[in-house]
Amino acid sequence: MNVRVQMEDFDVSREIAAVRAGNPRIGAVASFVGVVRDLNDGSSVAEMTLEHYPGMTEKSIEAIINEARGRWDVMNARVIHRVGTLKPLDQIVLVVVASGHRGDAFAACEFIMDYLKTRAPFWKKEETPNGGRWVDARAADDAAAERWQKNP
Amino acid sequence: MITLLYFARLRETFGKSSETLALPAGAATLETVRALLAARGGAWAVELAPGRAFRAAVIQDVANGDTPVKDGDEVAFFPPVTGG
Repeated sequence: MNVRVQMEDFDVSREIAAVRAGNPRIGAVASFVGVVRDLNDGSSVAEMTLEHYPGMTEKSIEAIINEARGRWDVMNARVIHRVGTLKPLDQIVLVVVASGHRGDAFAACEFIMDYLKTRAPFWKKEETPNGGRWVDARAADDAAAERWQKNP
Repeated sequence: MITLLYFARLRETFGKSSETLALPAGAATLETVRALLAARGGAWAVELAPGRAFRAAVIQDVANGDTPVKDGDEVAFFPPVTGG
């Protein structure tokens, strides 16, 4: 499965090996790992809970990967996003893109991540010393996704 | 009847994660549904007011006010997404 939403942690090496498996035409693999920080918007974060919209989440990420396939030479791609309770240092998200050459792999990986931030239905709730708070969407993420529309 | 789903902060504010709703006779859009819910007043009127930063989906695709809604559809309301 190239799109997975799961509670469990993931092993980056194993996922990269699976994405590359058996294809000698792959010349480049780019990966991105998002991790939980212990500080956000000036408050310390003890843990966070990630909620999602089952069904729509998988569908929207598959659409994002397909869009990347239409723009770059993507031979294989995989996205894993964790949900449930996560603590600082935990891995949250993995994007792996395999291509013939590094330029396409880097670009498609960044594109998938930027679109995932603004389109995939996940929500973070952080536990801070002042209690739980839902994370607000960032204008910076919208801007990061928008630049792909101006300069494909 | 349509199935309504609420997520994250909206789920907490509305005090429920899902419900069913009867559509009025005639053609309906997402705006029809939004207006029906906002007419409940209180948190519904506040959170689903025009111009508020909420998002919606019809049958798991991002939707806007003009998106048609028909019997049997799954309609979701949620805050702007914050994954990754």
